[in-house]
Amino acid sequence: MTDTAFDRPPGDPSMPAESEERESAGVLVYTIGLLLAVGLTATSFWVANTGLLWGPGVPLGLVVLAVAQMGIHLVFFLHITTGPDNTNNVLALAFGILTVILVVVGSLWIMADLNHNMMPRPELMNLHMQH
Amino acid sequence: MNLLGKLSWDAIPLDQPIIMGATAFMVLVIVAVLSFITFKGYWAPLWRDWITSVDHKRIGVMYILLALVMLLRGFSDAIMMRAQQAVAVGGAQGYLPPEHFDQIFSAHGTIMIFFMAMPFVIGVINVVVPLQLGVRDVAFPTLNSVSFWLTASGALLINISLAVGEFAKTGWVAYPPLSELQFSPGVGVDYYLWSLQISGIGTLLSGINFVTTILKLRAPGMGYMRMPVFCWTALATSLLIVAAFPVLTATFAMLLLDRYLGFHFFSVDGGGNAMMYVNLFWVWGHPEVYILVLPAFGIYSEVVATFSGKPLFGYRSMVAATMAICVLSFLVWLHHFFTMGGSADVNGFFGVMTMIIAVPTGVKVFNWLFTMYGGRVRFTVPMLWSIGFMITFVVGGMTGVLMAVPPADFQVHNSLFLVAHFHNTIIGGVVFGLMAGYNYWFPKVFGFRLDERWGKASFWCWFTGFYLAFMPLYAVGLMGMTRRLQHYDNPAWQPWLMVAALGAVVILAGVACQAIQLVVSVRARRQLRDTTGNPWGGRTLEWFTPSPPPAWNFAVLPSVGRFARRTPAKETQDYKAIEMPNNSPIGVITAFFAVVTGFALIWHIWWMAGLGLLGAFVTLLAFAFRRQEEIEVPAVELARFDRAHPAEVMP
Repeated sequence: MTDTAFDRPPGDPSMPAESEERESAGVLVYTIGLLLAVGLTATSFWVANTGLLWGPGVPLGLVVLAVAQMGIHLVFFLHITTGPDNTNNVLALAFGILTVILVVVGSLWIMADLNHNMMPRPELMNLHMQH
Repeated sequence: MNLLGKLSWDAIPLDQPIIMGATAFMVLVIVAVLSFITFKGYWAPLWRDWITSVDHKRIGVMYILLALVMLLRGFSDAIMMRAQQAVAVGGAQGYLPPEHFDQIFSAHGTIMIFFMAMPFVIGVINVVVPLQLGVRDVAFPTLNSVSFWLTASGALLINISLAVGEFAKTGWVAYPPLSELQFSPGVGVDYYLWSLQISGIGTLLSGINFVTTILKLRAPGMGYMRMPVFCWTALATSLLIVAAFPVLTATFAMLLLDRYLGFHFFSVDGGGNAMMYVNLFWVWGHPEVYILVLPAFGIYSEVVATFSGKPLFGYRSMVAATMAICVLSFLVWLHHFFTMGGSADVNGFFGVMTMIIAVPTGVKVFNWLFTMYGGRVRFTVPMLWSIGFMITFVVGGMTGVLMAVPPADFQVHNSLFLVAHFHNTIIGGVVFGLMAGYNYWFPKVFGFRLDERWGKASFWCWFTGFYLAFMPLYAVGLMGMTRRLQHYDNPAWQPWLMVAALGAVVILAGVACQAIQLVVSVRARRQLRDTTGNPWGGRTLEWFTPSPPPAWNFAVLPSVGRFARRTPAKETQDYKAIEMPNNSPIGVITAFFAVVTGFALIWHIWWMAGLGLLGAFVTLLAFAFRRQEEIEVPAVELARFDRAHPAEVMP
């Protein structure tokens, strides 16, 4: 985040104005997104119900489909792109994902550790038995 | 079925003379203020210019006013606790019964964090950020008004708890199982939860508003690396608000489900886990510390640069340090509960991270010192607060690094050593910064400076009072005194606690000096008038518009080059008419229904809660169908204002 082409102050006349997306293009993008999303959803239902696939591979396949679904939503509905006018959105998304990962992974680690330490150790159990 | 839920005349503690006295005083003040407004016929201008205003400067002023009022409330709690601990040793029981003392320390913490520090920080951000960015308002002006009024609703509910019912006796963190229905059957915890839920929504909306404002609305030419440091810190704080406050809301929602609908998120008997509450509370709680202190760091950066007559030393490292803290603040939360039973792996990791986060803070301290080095330092009131901060905050930071070592923390956990540490950072860091900002930007907001002599007197009272009040707490903490004691048996602690009580009295003198400073300055406002718009020789954009700024801030938006410059507009035809957002009562009406809903839920008055929610929803609908959103300010008026206030030209 330095003085580069990505850092474009709003209303700066030296920069080209943001291109207004035409309405028809917008509808097209949403339609493609909708079709892809529905397709992925349908596929995941089919994967879960069919007996054609190798059983243990099914959960993995569902995870892949779910990640793809998230990608479709981000690109087609939330309009996250790699263009220079989208730096803010991408950075905000990155910060959000980082925070969620830190909080979720951190909490799981901490709580698992605490639960583990709550279990009485065998030697303590033995001491208890000797009484 | 009882129409009034749990509410009855028994809810008013008529048998408690201290509480009733405080209530009577509060009611008297409210009646006096209301009758003064009625007598003077100020209701119409108050409604038009303040209550329904969506102007960021006026909303900011109202935030700061709320914070100052709540500072008085929280400070009186502090004085009561210090007085109790100074006397309640051995056979003496002091004057506060345990159940009242418990409510006081809970209310003190809750009020000081949520209703003093937060509104003050957000108020200063509101006043300053749009001016520094060179824009006319925040991104969502009406939403800003809603945010403020929701925060005020939470504060109102907390104050109602003084007279009707009780406040939480759980401490300001309200850990289960103590805060579960089984152990806290009264309404105290419900007051705590609902007032924080309502004000928390207001804070979250503020955060969203300022992230959008700073990323999307800046004066032409103001790239990120040309933003003033205060705007950077406001951005980091807003990002942290957006990331952290939903965690608090969700945690409190789970506790509310436990209390209202018999869920078992945090109660062990149903398979829940109380440790998860502690974990989630501090996932919010540690970023919250930085939400409060980062804007204060921004204020010091502006003040030190201005009064040293030099540009800030190491602007880029300051920005990098701010953003590093913004991310690292999500990696240290476990240090609040090292003693909960984590293994060496977990405690070691978070201990090391806690020490690492001290590094960017150290970078900032050196930057301020090097800014002063070789400069012509003017020892004005804001500068005194800043230097006082550098000394005090470093002491607080060092004790923090000490406690980041888990074995050391085991010795002082929940002792008065900890209490001294976090007051050392929050008063020495946040409060000193807010006071510096208050003195620094007051002339910009009201058009006249604050009196220097009373300001300096206030600073010295606060500064010495702080050391008198909190250094003894480090000592008794090391001697083994735990926090939140209503009574103790070790007479060796008493002399220290008496000194601490004396310190609180000295701070009280500081608070009194501030009140006097305000009165004296208002009376002498003609002599103290700021005609230049730039009384201190500041170099950021807020100083290049008249004091007080017009509603539109800048008639012609400034364009920013390597140095800030103001496009001079001389003739009337150079001005273009601008559109300003209309006043809106939506904020205050929403807040009214929020208070009704909150009060009803606290007392289990279900029909009233339903009506309150319905009212808030109808208000939102009415807002969505509004016809006129903006009013136009004609070019002639802009030109007339600029001619009447020849603001300073760029150096």
